[in-house]
Amino acid sequence: MAHDTTVQTAGHDEHHHESPVVFGFWVYLMTDCIIFGSLFAVFAVLRNQFNGGPSGHELFELSGLGLETALLLVSSITYGFGMIAAHKNEISKVIMWLGVTFLLGLGFVGLELNEFAHMIHEGAGPDRSAFLSAFFTLVSTHGLHVTCGLIWIVTLIVQMMGTTEIPERMMNKLTCLSLFWHFLDIVWICVFTYVYLASMI
Amino acid sequence: MSDLHTSPSGESHGSVSSYIIGFVLAVILTAVAFGVVVSHSLSPSGTLTAIAVLAFVQVLVHLHYFLHMGNGSEQRWNNMCFFFTVGFVVILLIGTMFIMNNTALHMMSR
Amino acid sequence: MLGRLSFSAIPVDVPILVGTFLGAAIAGLAVLGLITYYGKWGYLWKEWLTSVDHKRLAVMYIVLALVALFRGFADAIMMRTQLALAYAGNPGYLPPHHYDQIFSAHGTIMIFFLAMAFMTGLFNFVVPLQIGARDVAFPFLNNLSFWMTAIAFVLVNVSLFIGEFSQCGWLAYPPLSESQFSPGVGVDYYIWAIQLSGVGTLLTGVNFFVTIVKMRAPGMTWMKMPVFTWTAFCSSILIMVSFPVLTVAVALLGLDRYFGMHFFTNDGGGNQMLYLSLIWSWGHPEVYILVIPAFGVFSEVVPAFSGKPLFGYGTMVYATCSIMVLSFVVWVHHFFTMGAGPDVNAFFGIATMIISIPTGVKLFNWMFTMYKGRVQFHACMYWAVGFMVTFTIGGMTGVMMAIPGADFVLHNSLFLIAHFHNVIIGGVYFGYICGMNFWFPKVMGFKMNEAWGIRAFWFWFVGFYFAFVPLYVLGFDGMTRRMNHYDNPEWHIWLLIAEVGAVLILFGIVCQLTQLYVTIRDRNLPANRDVTGDPWNGRALEWSTSSPPPPYNFAIVPHVHELDAFMHDKENGIDTRCAGGPYAPIHMPKNTAAGFLIGAFSFIFGFAAVWYIWWLAAIGLIGVIGTVIARSANKDIDYYIPADEVARIENEHSRKLMAQAAE
Repeated sequence: MAHDTTVQTAGHDEHHHESPVVFGFWVYLMTDCIIFGSLFAVFAVLRNQFNGGPSGHELFELSGLGLETALLLVSSITYGFGMIAAHKNEISKVIMWLGVTFLLGLGFVGLELNEFAHMIHEGAGPDRSAFLSAFFTLVSTHGLHVTCGLIWIVTLIVQMMGTTEIPERMMNKLTCLSLFWHFLDIVWICVFTYVYLASMI
Repeated sequence: MSDLHTSPSGESHGSVSSYIIGFVLAVILTAVAFGVVVSHSLSPSGTLTAIAVLAFVQVLVHLHYFLHMGNGSEQRWNNMCFFFTVGFVVILLIGTMFIMNNTALHMMSR
Repeated sequence: MLGRLSFSAIPVDVPILVGTFLGAAIAGLAVLGLITYYGKWGYLWKEWLTSVDHKRLAVMYIVLALVALFRGFADAIMMRTQLALAYAGNPGYLPPHHYDQIFSAHGTIMIFFLAMAFMTGLFNFVVPLQIGARDVAFPFLNNLSFWMTAIAFVLVNVSLFIGEFSQCGWLAYPPLSESQFSPGVGVDYYIWAIQLSGVGTLLTGVNFFVTIVKMRAPGMTWMKMPVFTWTAFCSSILIMVSFPVLTVAVALLGLDRYFGMHFFTNDGGGNQMLYLSLIWSWGHPEVYILVIPAFGVFSEVVPAFSGKPLFGYGTMVYATCSIMVLSFVVWVHHFFTMGAGPDVNAFFGIATMIISIPTGVKLFNWMFTMYKGRVQFHACMYWAVGFMVTFTIGGMTGVMMAIPGADFVLHNSLFLIAHFHNVIIGGVYFGYICGMNFWFPKVMGFKMNEAWGIRAFWFWFVGFYFAFVPLYVLGFDGMTRRMNHYDNPEWHIWLLIAEVGAVLILFGIVCQLTQLYVTIRDRNLPANRDVTGDPWNGRALEWSTSSPPPPYNFAIVPHVHELDAFMHDKENGIDTRCAGGPYAPIHMPKNTAAGFLIGAFSFIFGFAAVWYIWWLAAIGLIGVIGTVIARSANKDIDYYIPADEVARIENEHSRKLMAQAAE
């Protein structure tokens, strides 16, 4: 009778060594990746349908784009420092780095909203042409994800306040958010390259 | 904090130095991409190729230094999912452009 | 205050809808009254609605699917009756406005809420048991998935009595579905129902993918995994890959309608064909999402009732995987006529035809499994053999339509309708009902009545041919789909025959209801009890548990030595259960109301968004986010079943097994 009598517990067990939470979240991110892939495909098809309206070349400004990119890149590394602190169980540092990341992310969303408001004010809103519909949808889907990330950061900060150690469930949440945040960076690389820079050549 | 560690969940996480290396590389690649576009030093198609290559490399940098993708055995399924997804996105992108461009050509709608 | 909603949205002037409403209201009140009378609300809430147990969720999914079947079939027989009447000047009894909603609702409900819900129910029940796991990877998400599907179905049905449903077909092609041509709320109901149920389906896909990758019993390598689990795995991958595309396509249509954007409009540079390309790059994988698990069911049923292992397990696995991959590169065959050139159409036509090769391999595998086997003609086998015949015909008409030149003639005709009902009824529906008959004793602890099952099969089988073969003929005669009335007298006779087929199918459904009634009435007859948990001399691990299985499925997780793990253990005298222990406490997830609450708030959000009641939509959205955050802060999410309790349950089952063996 070659039976394994050790009890394999179901996946929701915190003490189980292969917690499926992080892997499951990774798999979810892959589906998100397909959402962005589809939006890029839509943008690629509609990118020249200006309908007599402004083109990207006329609308986009490199300085604002550079600032947005910088904020997002810096927020990546601050989140990374937060994760390193989390692995050392230094909660106050984790909260501090998450706070910095939050502010950087907030700045990014603010700049983006400002850019959108400016464009809509100039009469280049999403209802102007198919190109602008595709542009607004793709970029604001990314912005919406960043906003969700911001809500998530606040939630985790509040949940960690007043605690003295990071249990595995919280560590999993931090790891998932880390994957999410860095994943959004990758999407942004594609956005600024194929949406903005490629339109400005 | 020494080099790469592996947490119980099988996800490796980086060190301060690896994050900084990744960050510096990302900044350089971004700056070069912006620079190529601003300076108009290449032909339009050359610029497009250059920024596409730079973006590709930067994505790899982010995957390695920030998302900690590696070839450890516990990461096999993460990688498999990733490559499968990329494959599907490529099918979707190329397929959509192939179909839509061909239709536009034949229907003279563009 | 109420956006677009006013009393005029309630169709009190349409007698059919008023009658339907009264019928639904009386039936609903009767059910609610019975629950109250027997004092079952607490039980229902604690043990079912908030349950995270995959076995309970499976039952709820299948109940939902059967309710959807009645709604969808009611639509179907109304359409057939309309077309049997409405010719040569007779307008029939359904005005076009109403008729168009019925065919749109029929397709939407049958695919998203009958087929998808039934499939998810089977996944939920069978997959964790087959791989020797105690639950799925994310039990709470599983409950949430169910509620998202359920509330989306409620939203579709609310559209019957408040406002209207989409009149643009089951995929709501633009520009017809744009606000320019469909200014009403119908398409908005469609959009929100699809998006909300899509969330549930996507989470199901992720859940089962992770479950199968990470939670198989020790020793169960990939090539020792049962075929149904393999098909659930491939189907989950297809869900994860294709549903995001559906979400995008429908979201962009929504943006066109809500914000005046120009993705698919006639003006502003929009491109309707882009919608077709996107929606079918979901839609084609979708039909394989549905049919692959049906193939899995047959791969379990045919060996069990042939007394032989499955012929060609390896080829079955490779065929399934290659169908999965090929299904990504065929989507243009749904719109060959849109005007792409011969190179596009040839590529996708050839890719489509290639899919028939692995599918043919599977058919031969099932037939060779039966060959020289000791075939028992149980009700399950009727459905299986009926499937082989019907699906083959459906597959061949599919290959006909895969030829672009032929498709130019057949596109949008009733030939197409006949083809896909041929594969969806003959493949998917027969498969799921076969699976239901097969696993029912495992779920409930007693077998389904066989005589009524066989009667249901014959009515369905014969009814199918009467209902759909005439549509092939009509397709060749040039009758297009979605017609409300017609003038060609030659078509009338065929539509009358099709109506007879629909009535025969109605008898089939009545037989299925009778089957359920008789099954439950006779559940305590000794011949119907499933005491051993292995009524069919099964091969995979689910048959090694008691029927119904205990909440934790496996007291001791089995060790898998060979393909068909349970059969191997039986043949070699190994006790898969390790009866007698030693048992350890078992860690279990606690039931939670969070899934139900998120579903309820999502429903409020969806309904408010349909009617432009923005304050209510905000409440719904905040409710969803708040519930998610509250759930993530909740620390009281699990408990342990003590070892004594496990031992008591297991010893009870061992005692029953021994009593049975002694008889």
